[in-house]
Amino acid sequence: MTGWRDHDLPLLAMWAEPGQAHAAFWDGAAVALARTPAPDNRFPTLSDKYPAAAWFERAIHDLWGLEAAGGADGRPWLDHGNWPILNPMSGRPVRHGAIPAQPDFLGAAGEGVHQIAVGPVHAGIIEPGHFRFHVVGETVVRLEVLLGYAHKGTLALMLGKSPRAAARFPARLSGDSTVAHSWAFALAAENAAGIVAPPRALALRAAMGELERVANHLNDWGAICNDAASPAIHARTGLLREILLRAGPAPFGHRLMMDRILPGGVAADIEAIGGLVAALDRIAAELPALERITASHVTLQDRLLGTGIVTPALATLLHAGGVVGRASGRAFDARTLLAPYDELDFAPVTREAGDVAARLELRIAELRDSLRMLRLILAGLPDGPLSTALPHGPGEGVAMVEGFRGECFCWLRLDDGGLIQGAFQRDPSWLHWPLLEAAVQGNIVADFPLINKSINASYSGVDL
Amino acid sequence: MLWPRLAKNLLARPLSEPPPPIDPAEVAELAARLDATARRRLGRSLAIRQVDAGSCNGCELEISATQNVVHDLERFGLRFVASPRHADVLLVTGPLTRNMRQALARTRAATPEPCFVVAVGDCAVDGGVFKGSYAVESEIEAILRPDLVVPGCPPTPTRILGGLLTLLAAQE
Ligand code: SF4
Repeated sequence: MTGWRDHDLPLLAMWAEPGQAHAAFWDGAAVALARTPAPDNRFPTLSDKYPAAAWFERAIHDLWGLEAAGGADGRPWLDHGNWPILNPMSGRPVRHGAIPAQPDFLGAAGEGVHQIAVGPVHAGIIEPGHFRFHVVGETVVRLEVLLGYAHKGTLALMLGKSPRAAARFPARLSGDSTVAHSWAFALAAENAAGIVAPPRALALRAAMGELERVANHLNDWGAICNDAASPAIHARTGLLREILLRAGPAPFGHRLMMDRILPGGVAADIEAIGGLVAALDRIAAELPALERITASHVTLQDRLLGTGIVTPALATLLHAGGVVGRASGRAFDARTLLAPYDELDFAPVTREAGDVAARLELRIAELRDSLRMLRLILAGLPDGPLSTALPHGPGEGVAMVEGFRGECFCWLRLDDGGLIQGAFQRDPSWLHWPLLEAAVQGNIVADFPLINKSINASYSGVDL
Repeated sequence: MLWPRLAKNLLARPLSEPPPPIDPAEVAELAARLDATARRRLGRSLAIRQVDAGSCNGCELEISATQNVVHDLERFGLRFVASPRHADVLLVTGPLTRNMRQALARTRAATPEPCFVVAVGDCAVDGGVFKGSYAVESEIEAILRPDLVVPGCPPTPTRILGGLLTLLAAQE
């Protein structure tokens, strides 16, 4: 436990329960939790100190009905006025009466400023969200993102269930990070119950986590190049990803490895890893050529270099982790905290430039390292059971797992019967979306898709 | 070196797989349900607009994978378009969140007739694991009536492609 406001530790997440607000900070070695009571449904704000807190406080207001006193932004966020009830997580939700005032977008004034409104239905195969651009000519002056369209009430659905029964919800918080969120949820439940999953389960989780990273990094690599008019690279990474999804996750019984990680262990053992190892070899063999083409393609690099810069100062201000943070010089990777990475000779990769090129380069470097670690994990899978029974009892647990975007955070409170009484899952995108808004400023509108792809924040993961 | 690579690619077998088999009974059943004039008008090429009505993005990953070189849905006359105004098919994913209801209804209104609706994924079929949540509509049918459903969480690209090919075959 740490204090609410009497320190300057980096903020990881904020959430609430009826009657109190919670925050998680990073103390340099571990997660430090803080909480503050909310008499009269008000609690002291953090958004005056931490810009990242504004979105969390808006979500806390919409879901739990608690107001951040003195907060930077009191506009609604997830509640677009369409739910039958108000403050669904408050423990005493009432019928939704009047539609709450919907946010006015932050403005920009000046000669020739006009707006472009995009979404929630976008032009590609992509999640829903609204982007409001203020532009002058073709230059973006300001971007504001409005999310919440994919709000499914995931947290409320988890309440009152056993961790085992609730595991299907973190698995569907953000489908591309199903392994990472399931893993964080399982660890939080195990920490709350005071148990550790058996070694074979830990190794299989890491294998799945790295497979998920390889598949998604390949995807992002192709998508970035495709948006910069290099479809050939996209076709190639798409093929490699398909090879992996068939040979790799097939032994786990699901292409995305959904519902394979459960509190206490893993759902099933891995079968026949020969095909998987062959697929990894095939990818590793193609990487150098693909990397060479990407790095030496002049018109491609011309689009990527210097585009969509997230300055190290901004990344630090938001305490962003993951690919976005590391490409802007922040050497934070939650894998350094996690078994079995301590046995895999793992060290985070960083870049300094913070542009689209740096984020792509970082992903490629991570991809290579993931392939290396996957071989080690598969070669040294320990024998033994796949899971441990979760005792039924009260507890509070927190965990952080590095997904392909960044650290997936989970907090859980179990009641006397071991059922979930409080839950919060924080996707790394909470800290990346505001950086997208900043990175786009001063770039041309036509580069927005490229910058957006290079950050690739999750909509569903934030919408909950 | 361009020439060696070109020669290699010309001589190599294509990476695309043969199409997944489709069930003739399912085709006949679908053809009977679809409007005959609509079928004639659209023919053997369908423009698809994907609409995410609040999915977890798992379904989007697999829909995108139908475009990779292995599945290559464009060789069948199927392609994704950027606007509902150009679309013959709305491919809907997600449990139909209440916050997407209006956007989905407007997308449908912007799609010219005839328009086929395909629900992809367990969420779009009946809400999936999110069924009963305060934040999702209880029935997609309240807004759109799907002509075809492709269940799965998420359905594999092969199944999605199979569903679209069934729709194509039912046009004949
Ligand atoms: S059906 Fe499954 S994969 Fe598709 S959106 Fe729903 S939860 Fe995600």
